[in-house]
Amino acid sequence: MLEHTYIDEAPEAAPAVTAIRTSKPVKTAVAGPWRLMWAKFARNKVAIVAGVIILLLYLIGLFAEFLAPALPDTARPQFTNAPPQELRLFATDAEGNSQFQLHVTGYTMTVDQASLRRSYVIDDAQVVPVGLFVKGAPYKLWGVIPSDVHLIGPLKSSDTMYLMGTDKLGRDLFSRLIHGTRISMSIGLIGVTISLFLGVILGSISGFYGGWVDLVIQRVIEVISSMPTIPLWLGLAAAIPLSWSPITVYFVITLIVSLFGWTGLAREVRGRFFALRSEDFVTAARLDGSSERRLIFRHILPSLTSHILAVVTLALPTMIVAETALSFLGIGLKAPVVSWGVLLQDAQNVRTIATAPWLLIWPSAAVVITVLAYNFLGDGLRDAADPYES
Amino acid sequence: MQMQAVNTSRSTAGQAGEVVLKVEHLSLDFRLRTEILHAVRDVSFELRRGETLCLVGESGSGKSVTARALLRILDKNGVIAAGKMLLAGQHGDIDIAPLTERSPELLKIRGGRIGLIFQEPMSSLSPVHTIGSQIVEALRLHRRMDKKQARAETIELLRQVEIPNPDKMIDRYTFEFSGGMRQRAMIAMALAADPEILIADEPTTALDVTTQAEILDLIKRLQISRGMAMLLITHDMGIVAEVADAVAVMHYGRIVETGSTDDIFHNPRHDYTKRLLGSTVKLEQNPRAATRAKPVASDRQPVLSVRNLTKVYGASKAWMGGSSFAVKAVDDISFDLYPGENLGIVGESGSGKTTLGRLILRTVEPTSGDVTYFGQGEPLEVTKLNKRQLKGFHRDVRLVFQDPFASLNPRMTVKQVIGDPLIVSGKLHGAALDRRVGELLELVGLDPAVMERYPHAFSGGQRQRISIARALALDPKIIIADEATAALDVSIRAQILDLLLDIQKRLDLSFIFISHDISVVRYFCDRVAVLHRGKLVEMGSAEQICTSPQQPYTQSLISAVPHPDPRHKRMMHRTRFTA
Amino acid sequence: MLSYVIKRLIYMIPTLFGMSLIAFAIIQLPPGDYVTSMLASMADSGQNVDPAQLDALRQSYGFNDPMWLQYFKWISGILLRGDFGYSFEWNRPVAELIWERMGSTLAISLASLVFVWAVSLPIGIYSAMRRHSVGDYGFTLLGFIGLAIPNFIMALVLMYFSYKYMGQSVGGLFSPEYVEAPWSWGKFLDLLAHLWIPIIVIGTNGTAALIRILRANLTDELNKPYVVTARAKGLPEYKAVIKYPVRIALNPFVSAIGWVLPELISGVTITAIVLNLPTAGPLLLRALISQDMYLAGSFILLMGVLTLVGMLISDILLALLDPRIRFN
Repeated sequence: MLEHTYIDEAPEAAPAVTAIRTSKPVKTAVAGPWRLMWAKFARNKVAIVAGVIILLLYLIGLFAEFLAPALPDTARPQFTNAPPQELRLFATDAEGNSQFQLHVTGYTMTVDQASLRRSYVIDDAQVVPVGLFVKGAPYKLWGVIPSDVHLIGPLKSSDTMYLMGTDKLGRDLFSRLIHGTRISMSIGLIGVTISLFLGVILGSISGFYGGWVDLVIQRVIEVISSMPTIPLWLGLAAAIPLSWSPITVYFVITLIVSLFGWTGLAREVRGRFFALRSEDFVTAARLDGSSERRLIFRHILPSLTSHILAVVTLALPTMIVAETALSFLGIGLKAPVVSWGVLLQDAQNVRTIATAPWLLIWPSAAVVITVLAYNFLGDGLRDAADPYES
Repeated sequence: MQMQAVNTSRSTAGQAGEVVLKVEHLSLDFRLRTEILHAVRDVSFELRRGETLCLVGESGSGKSVTARALLRILDKNGVIAAGKMLLAGQHGDIDIAPLTERSPELLKIRGGRIGLIFQEPMSSLSPVHTIGSQIVEALRLHRRMDKKQARAETIELLRQVEIPNPDKMIDRYTFEFSGGMRQRAMIAMALAADPEILIADEPTTALDVTTQAEILDLIKRLQISRGMAMLLITHDMGIVAEVADAVAVMHYGRIVETGSTDDIFHNPRHDYTKRLLGSTVKLEQNPRAATRAKPVASDRQPVLSVRNLTKVYGASKAWMGGSSFAVKAVDDISFDLYPGENLGIVGESGSGKTTLGRLILRTVEPTSGDVTYFGQGEPLEVTKLNKRQLKGFHRDVRLVFQDPFASLNPRMTVKQVIGDPLIVSGKLHGAALDRRVGELLELVGLDPAVMERYPHAFSGGQRQRISIARALALDPKIIIADEATAALDVSIRAQILDLLLDIQKRLDLSFIFISHDISVVRYFCDRVAVLHRGKLVEMGSAEQICTSPQQPYTQSLISAVPHPDPRHKRMMHRTRFTA
Repeated sequence: MLSYVIKRLIYMIPTLFGMSLIAFAIIQLPPGDYVTSMLASMADSGQNVDPAQLDALRQSYGFNDPMWLQYFKWISGILLRGDFGYSFEWNRPVAELIWERMGSTLAISLASLVFVWAVSLPIGIYSAMRRHSVGDYGFTLLGFIGLAIPNFIMALVLMYFSYKYMGQSVGGLFSPEYVEAPWSWGKFLDLLAHLWIPIIVIGTNGTAALIRILRANLTDELNKPYVVTARAKGLPEYKAVIKYPVRIALNPFVSAIGWVLPELISGVTITAIVLNLPTAGPLLLRALISQDMYLAGSFILLMGVLTLVGMLISDILLALLDPRIRFN
């Protein structure tokens, strides 16, 4: 028969645990949703790094004129397709002494006797002194503030400093890349704002009211998202009259790109609205006497904001890539506007790439790094978006 | 920590079941992000052939995890920190603890020597495979059979678990079965390989009372006929009393008391056991009728009148031309609610009780019938109110939800949650609002200082208190509690019910208490209405319904409720109702 | 099951209608029409054109009709006669030009789809089962990089490497000597040798995305009770996983065709332009630039239809896979 045994102690008050490490006690009891979200997000080191990178890119775009050593349009025909010059810190002079002197390596010109074509080769021996905050070509920061100070540039204005080489017209790729950052990054931002607007409004209406409104909007979303994007973009972009100004073209391209990007956001918002509509706390709020408007803005939307943020961040790179693709094909932005896509136009055929690979590498690297950073950031935001799910 | 033995002069004659499984000093740790949780500490017990051991405890006690450890199916972050699990074998005992995923012995033990039944049959069976294929798989894994033999054996198993038309049901999918049938199929699958031990982890928690009785009955019969040992895990002391031979009470990972069922129920020693029993028995032994301050004055005018309320779903024809069937969720129900009275609405799933609550509030529109509210002087015809008037009605008649986690907006502080109805009605602002919220918090037994915290900082019981405070914010006359205690632990349940009774005394409220739990209804309500498939089957005082029901359905319902006294088993002698 | 298919087909009709409207809108979008650009090029070469003649031309082409009439004529032409209009640049009916190109577009898209599935399925399953292992981190990183590189850039880079290090003549589907030759084993091998670049380029984005989806979904499923049941039955781990949760996690995998396919067709378009493959892409671009609108519009319409058909197939496959969908 079974023995009747028991523990001769008072009942415990909490589960038995052993702390692993003393973590900073986050006062979670009074921590609101954004605090909790940030705490969760901050644990994701990769996402933080990605966020910093994106911030840096926007800063570069903002101060492009100051950061670029040369103007994006300055063409020096003697230096077409010149290879990149290396930036070095120490120069060795004739006696073999090395001293601190910021410089780039210079060029030696060789002429191919058969084709009479000039080509440049990097010559380590040549020292082209370079400095910070140098006087260079004059510009107007944001078109308003005149200045001629550049962050970095050759000390002698007739020298060349092509950190990333030049293109077929002898323009500095590095400066063009910096200026291109401004255009490419901002298109993404503007495009995504438009998508956000359309997506959130239509998604909310669809999800909140349901019924035939939802049906119609659903059909529209389905039509738009079923069409392969690139042929559509091509179609719309090719329709832009050549006579329109670069600024107008810029805005139209942004519009085109965002016109098909809002569907993902709308779907996400609609889905969450449906889920939240039947949640108990929404019913409770309705029974408390909240008007429909208050229900949407006070109770439902706050639950959505973090998700919207995540989706928007993940949608941005698509816009940037879209503009790059269109400009690359020649039907997006065109000269004199500089974007990464326009830069890639020069890298269209194999022969050019074979002789001047930097024309492909650096703009591509810019695009890839940006997309990677946005993806990591967006992923981190998405993981942190719902701090209440266990 | 010492185990004390209690002097019992009980004879050891009787079934001395042979020990099949011995667990010795088992300890389980779970590695969490910032700490190691000692989920199970130094647990020891034995399973004997033909006998049932019940592992009882509330949430967090570690009982489920212990069961899973027996089959080595813990989560990835769980480890067996110490102890042995010895399975008796022909060539000596096998220790399960050190076996790994790759060892063939473990695969043979799982399903072959130890079978496991889970709580939620819907999510525990594959949704995209037929029932038959899942059982056949178990058969072919452990008993050498070809396809034909396995299929025949499957049909036989389905017959043993009393599934009608087994030869047809074998090819049906999981979602085509009802809850009780799925659990039977699950049992068939667990027994397929003829194991010596059956582990049932809360097998009936998700089922109706009457279905629960059937399933427990079935399991017990199969256990005896096959001579298996059973480990039954539950939080319901009633089931323990009806089904168990031996009991082990778990609390925060330790077994705080163990003994025969009679010992535990009639001679509990550990405070936690006493507490657990106390909460359960209290509900049984303190019906409202005995403790009520003043009797219900039924000659007064009712505060709410329901007449012929009906809700039909799906009556419209599908657009493709075929007609779709109509479901009468609520069928011609009429009753009155008197001021200061607690009316209980009892039924199983599908009885329409929840829909009834929604119809009264008009969050679901009734198909026909009237709801008349007398609380505002003039009688208000609720079904005909416009939006503005309905808002007024909702100030007087409030709802407390079942799920304490879903009914509070996690992004709002307690003050904002409770204060929302006050803000919306425009009555209070600023400091006056804070004062009122503080009052309400005190009323429900919480410290007013917590109003700046967010819901995630509170336990389930505390959140339900916040929910109640929100319901009281506008000085209502009627509160509809929709399964308000169903999601809470047993010991918390009684506290919340006492809180509601206390508030009622102070504020002169009426309650409509919707529940599937008979004992809770008996403790709390004056009168009870029993619903079955949308119809009001019987109505009377709580005492009368619970002790001498008149209608056959009510009789079957009441008799199926497990009675937490092993000396007076009720469920095993229940009456059955066939529709 | 049949009623499910029929319902899906009927739902497709408004979508098709919407697509045709979009395609038509694109045709009409550029200011002016083919006659205008013809006039521009003729003016360039110094020819004089009589305005009356231009008007007669417009009339005969139907450019003066109101919009809805033009649309109606165009659509009825397609539906009733298979007449997609006329290509002014190539001086041939559009129907002659597009079928071969669409065929190769379809072939490459399908090949890419097979590639995407074949690669992402095992990797996705592995990643989900061995979360946070070295292999998982490695694949995740590769996946991210794959997602980040736009396919035309990848095409350029691969083209460069293939040219520089393998001396392969890139561009086109066949080497010069095989282009006109009849089908043979050698030709097939040559096709494969040229095809691998486009397929990898086009498929990488989709592969990376599907791996992430499969990993996330499978991870969710692996924690569900029915998996525990399967293990408790005594099934070895890999069998328990493949038979049960993978089957369910395949649902979003299969329904992913719905959006992967348009992406693939997009990808084919732009990659084909870069690599100069004989598919719809390069021809579409040319048509757009020269405002040969019937050709361009028909391509766009057909690509949309192709996508819809793909989505229909994915829905049917889904219903076959998951009995819960069939029964609803």
